[in-house]
This record gives sequence, structure tokens and C-alpha cells, in this order.
Amino acid sequence: MKLTLNVNGATHDVDVEPETPLLWVLRDAIGLTGTKYGCGIAECGACMIHLDGQPTKSCNLNVAAAAGKKILTIEGLSKDRSHPIQKAWIEHTVPQCGYCQSGQIMSAAALLEKNPKPSDRQIDEAMAGNICRCGTYIQIREAIHAAAKSSA
Amino acid sequence: MTKLDLSRRTFVTTALAAGGGLMLGFHVPAAQAANLSLADASKAPVDGVEINAWLTIDAKGVVTVRTPHTEMGQGGMTSVAQLVAEELNVPWKDVRAMLADAHRHVNGGQEYKDMSTGSSNLVRNRHPHIMQAGASARERLREAAALKWGVPREQVKAEQGMLSAGANKASYGEFAAAAANVKLAEEPKIKARKDWWLLGKDVARMDVAVKVDGSAIYPIDVRVPGMVYAAVKACPVPGGKVKSFDAAAAKERPGVLAVIELKQTKDKLANTDMRSAIAVVADSFYRAKTALDLVKIEWDVGANGSMSFAAMDKQAVALMGNEGKHVEEVRGDPRPILSADAKALKSEFMRPYDSHAPMCPPAAVAHVTKERVDVWSFTQDVAALLRLAANQAGRDTKDVYVHATYQGGAFGLGNAVDLPRQAVELSKQVGKPVKLLWTREEDAAQARTRPPVWAHFEASLDDKGLPKAMLSRAVAEPGVPAYADRGIANIPYAIPNYRYERHVAASHIPVGPNRAPGSNSNGFLMEQFIDEMALAGGWDPLEWRIKMTEGNERWQRVLLKMKEVAGFTTKLPKGQGMGVAVVESHGSTVGVCATVEVTRRGSLAIEKIVVVSNTGYVINPRAAHEQVRGCVAWELSHVLHGGLDIREGRVNNVNFNNYKMLRLPDMPKVESHFAMSEDNWWGGFGETAGPPTPPAVANAIFAATGKRVRSTPILKHDLTWS
Repeated sequence: MKLTLNVNGATHDVDVEPETPLLWVLRDAIGLTGTKYGCGIAECGACMIHLDGQPTKSCNLNVAAAAGKKILTIEGLSKDRSHPIQKAWIEHTVPQCGYCQSGQIMSAAALLEKNPKPSDRQIDEAMAGNICRCGTYIQIREAIHAAAKSSA
Repeated sequence: MTKLDLSRRTFVTTALAAGGGLMLGFHVPAAQAANLSLADASKAPVDGVEINAWLTIDAKGVVTVRTPHTEMGQGGMTSVAQLVAEELNVPWKDVRAMLADAHRHVNGGQEYKDMSTGSSNLVRNRHPHIMQAGASARERLREAAALKWGVPREQVKAEQGMLSAGANKASYGEFAAAAANVKLAEEPKIKARKDWWLLGKDVARMDVAVKVDGSAIYPIDVRVPGMVYAAVKACPVPGGKVKSFDAAAAKERPGVLAVIELKQTKDKLANTDMRSAIAVVADSFYRAKTALDLVKIEWDVGANGSMSFAAMDKQAVALMGNEGKHVEEVRGDPRPILSADAKALKSEFMRPYDSHAPMCPPAAVAHVTKERVDVWSFTQDVAALLRLAANQAGRDTKDVYVHATYQGGAFGLGNAVDLPRQAVELSKQVGKPVKLLWTREEDAAQARTRPPVWAHFEASLDDKGLPKAMLSRAVAEPGVPAYADRGIANIPYAIPNYRYERHVAASHIPVGPNRAPGSNSNGFLMEQFIDEMALAGGWDPLEWRIKMTEGNERWQRVLLKMKEVAGFTTKLPKGQGMGVAVVESHGSTVGVCATVEVTRRGSLAIEKIVVVSNTGYVINPRAAHEQVRGCVAWELSHVLHGGLDIREGRVNNVNFNNYKMLRLPDMPKVESHFAMSEDNWWGGFGETAGPPTPPAVANAIFAATGKRVRSTPILKHDLTWS
């Protein structure tokens, strides 16, 4: 099935089975490998993107459901790591292995979009869907607070 | 599926794996090439003059350090660069890093001595030869300047990238070419602690920037022209084989190129031996995976198909009642004292199998051609990977090139999978570059697990309430039974009569190292029994440990610091509790004090974890504190939620919906302190704060509830109290 996707402001024509998860279309067909596979069942959040501004796990979202919507991936968050979340992530050396961090950053960016000054409890709620096996959770929390402060 | 659109990415030839200036007849996207090496573009490695295998210096004095060890989140790349820069004496801002070339190492002079990454060895055991590489380069720069300026080498200063003697002054860059040809009569000694200027200081890890914009390349992300994708399924009962399979339905699916049976090559499987499996190769991963689901496979699972962990547990519990086969008579003989004491303490504990589940599931790209073999893969040892690929392809190691990638976590699993063999074999058979990745379910079913362990303890107390005799009897699994000995066979506590015994229970589940192997589970057993002994004797558990390790400088440092910073007390209201535990592993002694709250209805909250580490020395405190926090989270996942559900000979909790992980809301506060001996021994940092965390939490739960948690996962136990 031929579909047109709007990813990071650019148009991509793809020809895939409509039930293909958006994650694999982004990675294999379009070549944007920043969005990660971690579980395939929407449990770990490594595949987090924004769909029309909403944080969305792309591993169990049929690509057909994303056609006509605005898809934002980690590659489109900023051109030069200048998003407040990215800056805070660097400042607080959040990533260790780094594999889950695209998803963590997309969740955190969506949170700040909605709530520029999140409390610890609100951070808990927004970030509970993202697993980090390196255990960078403390740095993630600190960096979100720092980003909120810097963009105030 | 549309083909890779090359117009959006520029393909260039890259020499990223080519420390020796080797050109690859192979292409990766430019954006990927830049980031395989490191950091952001402004900090990309620079091709300068090679002083030795470990480093180059360009005309501007920018130093690029080649790091032989895997960067898997532990900060290894930064540690190697820091150790070299300390000796070389260059401004940290001028230091870059890239992953070193395994081809050169394996086929040349083994310049990096050992490219493996594990056992917390990098700083702990390899700092002498890594620092030596920097010191040697520095002395050769000095010698080159001395020759040019006509002064003795002793008069040439080498500081912060500048050489100087009297009125003569030049940058390292100016003398790099000359230094490369200098032969020293004698190699310099490496620096002592008192002379450090960079080691011991906070340094931000160098691999952070590429990990905030999706540009860091992991094996799963590698894309090469003409690449096809593979999904694989090995027998869910480890060791089982394909009896027959029907691929008709799979072959009809769009994009499917081949269905291939991978044959098991050996009867008894070691770490990376090829197992019996079915693979589907297709033009996209999703098509390969969904087609694989349609292959009807009949497995020959043998007798192991009826094995369960419950049965293994039953066997282990029975074994604990008898004298163990392996015996270590550590001190005296506790047995007559124990049998004469009607009030002797007796206690049993268990920890089950657990998985690594790195966030990046094992993945590899292999390309086998007539001329050469190229591999990008999940690994913790690129040199071993190269030899493995050569072996599978049936080629000389000179024809095999292993390319650098970051690793999306490994935790000990990196050397323990047959995935690179599978990828090489599939590429060989289909004649194209193949990207193979294990689904999360395949990883959980196939990856070597962390072994279970059981222990039975007995102790007899003297009139001061201190143990005069103790017996420890562990039950190990058969894969790596010696893991059960760690921290149990040898204990630091001065108990006059101490004996260790070990049994082995039967199992076919493959096991391997998992962050602090052995110690990770054993701490939970031993350090809870220590608390039971202390409390039975009327002692404060922290004071008991201080008393029983008198004269042991490493432990005293940790325990006294703990007493100073943690505010440990046994006098909290019911429902609140503090617990301490100390475990020595990988050369380090680390203590944890946990504070928990348990509601009457049994809900557990871990409020705070205080960690005190004695690793001898610390080269990068900032990164070390980050590792401490990570280790705490690692063990909390396993101890709260983990435990593999093994029935019918297979792992049944194979994804994060039923094999649960610690998540951000449950991450406790972690306070990390150091109490360093700085006494000519070095311990590891990447895994040592894990082992004392579970017993400290369990001891705190006992303090809060009066309930002793004798097995994990903790959250399966009833913690209610009234």
C-alpha cells in the first residue's frame, strides 16, 4: 500500500503493508534509526515519537494510522541538539549506553510542551512508560527539572 | 517496502575502523561514519600522526585516543582517553576518542594486549598498560625535541600539549612525526597518585552528545547498501533441535528471500556455538519477522522439555540438607560446635534465574564476499568477535573486518551469544549483507541467563552474642558453579570456625556473566544471614560488622564512613526500617544502607539508598557516581520484579509485560560516597554497587515488618504487618 508520511516536516512516500508498525517504516524504509526497537509491545518506550504533538509509542501503531498526521522523531526535535531537553541531557550527562534515550527525550519533550514546570509526581507519570536498563532515572529527573528552569 | 532512499544521505568511503590508514571497500552513511567514532562533529576524531597504536596527534596538537574496549554505557571510552591524557599531559579539550581497530590487533602485534571488556577490568587491571602508552608517547615527544634542540631529554618539559626547554618552545603537533620514529632505550614508569593532574577529576563522558539526537549508531542501526534483514528462532527449550519445518506459508509472503535452517555444530554448546534454529531473510525486518511466525517448526526438545524451576528448587532445597560435595575448610571445624548447640541458627535463601535484557536487543550486520568479511555486532570484545566471524566464515582473520559501534547495554551478555555466527552464516548463504536482530522474546528465550543460587547457613553464638562457628552450604547450577562461591566461600568476618560447602543442582538452562556475576545474587543470601546472626546476638547490625571486621582496612573504611553518613538506626517506628549490607566484588568493597517504608497492607517504598564505595582509587568521580546509581537500579529491577518463569524447559516471561523492570517513579534517592584506601590496589566501579543493594533492602524490610524475605522477587512476598 502506498502511503505518504509527514516526518519531521518532510514528506516521504512509502510502499508497505498498512499494518506494518510505524517504527519499522521509520527505521527500515525511511532510514531514521534514532527511534529504537526495544520490545515491540509498547512496554518500554524506546520507540517514542510525537504524533500530532502527542507522545506515542510507534512499535505497535499501524503505519496507516499515522498517514496524514505530523510525525516528529528524535532527529527532528532540533537541528543542533538545542532543544532545552537535549541541552539538559548533555549538561547532566544523562545517557549511559544511550539506547533508550531517544524515547526518554521524546517523552520528556512532550511533557514540557504540555507542562512547562512539572512536579516530581508529574514527571513520574509522564516518564513511567520508558524503561532504562542503565538506570539513569535520577539524572533524567534532574535534567527535566533543569530544562524546565532554563526554558522558563 | 520502499528501498533505502540514498538521496537523503551521502555515502562516503570511511576509514573508521582503519587505525592503520586502511581503506575499506565498504560504505556506511556519512552521518553514521562520523558518529561511530564518537561525540559531536566538533569533537570528531582527527587523523594525525600515529605515535603508537593507542594515539595520534595532528598538526594542531589534537590527540585522538584509540580505545580498545567496548563503550556500552560504562564510560570505557572516556576512561581510556583520560588515562592516556594523564600521562601524555595534554589539555582535556584537545582529546578525542575512537574505538580501536580489531583487525590490526588480531593480525598485527596484539598492540592493545586485550580488547575484551568485562569484569570491571578496564581501569582496575588495565590502567598500567594504558597509562604506559601515554607515558611512552610523551617521552618520545620529549626525546624528539631534545634531539632537535640539542639538549638532554631531562631538560625538555612536556606540559599541556607544549614542549619547552629554555627559549625553545613547540607544540606536540610539531614533533609528532619525529616522535613516531624515536626508539626509547628504556620505557618510562607510570605516574604515582600524588603526581596526577587529570585523573581523580570530574570529566564528562565523551559519548553523551551523540546519544541525545539519535545519531549514535548501535549494531541494530547499521545500514549498508543492498542489505537484507533476518529474523531467527532457535528452539525455546535451550539445546533442543529442529526436527522438521514447513516454510511454505512463509515463502509466499511478500519480500521473503529465503528460509534457512541453521544447524547446531557441536553436541555440547559453549558460549558462542551455533545452535539449531530457523531464520527468515526478507527485504525488511518486519516482513522477515512476520514470515518467521508462519513457519511451522517441530522441535526435538528431548527430556529437558519437562524441566521446571519449581522442580529445580525442590532438588536444591533437598540438597541443602546434606553435606556438600565441594568443601572448603576455611578455619577450624564448626560442625561439632553446631551439632552441640540446640539453639544454633539455621536459615535458607534463594535467588532465581534472571535475564540481562539490554535495551538494544542483540543485533548484527554481516557481509561475506569473496574478498572479505565485514561485521558490526553486539559484543564486548571486538577481537574475539573478529576471530569468531573468521571461524564461521571459514576465512583467515586477515580477511575479516569488525567495525565499531556503540553497544546499547551488554551487562556481561556481550560475549555469550551465537548471534554473530548466525549473521555471518546467513550472509554467506544469501550472498548479501544481512542485518539480523533478535526480538525481545528471542533475546529472553536464548540469551545466557544469570544463574540461580541457594544457600543454607548455620551459626552458633558465644556468650557475647558473636558467632563462634558458622557453616555455609550453597547450591549452584551446573554451568558456572564457582559463581556460588563468591562472597560465601570467603567472608571477611572473623568467625573462628568457618566451613563452606557446595552442591550442584541439575539444569539445562544456559548461564553466563551478568553484572557482578555471583556476587550479585550471593550478597542477598550472605548479608541477610549476617543480620540474622547480629540480631540474634543482640547486636546492632552495623556495629556487628564493624566489630567482626576489625583490622580489615578496606571494610573498616566503608563501615565507619557508613556510620558517619547514613544515620543508620534500629529504632524506627514499625513500618519503617533501615538495613545495611556490604559486599566485596571485582576488587572493591561497597556498602549500602537502605531506608524503606512498608504499609500495613504490604506496599513497599524504597525511600533512600546510601552507597559507600572503596575501590582503592577513582579516576573520574562524576562517572563513578553515575555508575553507582545505575548499579542500584540494575539490582532493584531484579530483586523487586525479576525471576525467570521456567516451565516446560523454557523461559516463559519473555518481554517487559511479564518480566518487569524498575521504572522512574520507583527509583529511590541515591546518595553516593567514597571511602578510598588509595593504597596501591584498584577495584572496579561498573558493577560493584549492585550486590549490596538487595540485602540492604531486605534487611530494611525485616526492620520495618519483622518479615525476612528469603527469596526474590521481593514483590511476590506478602509484606503485610499489624
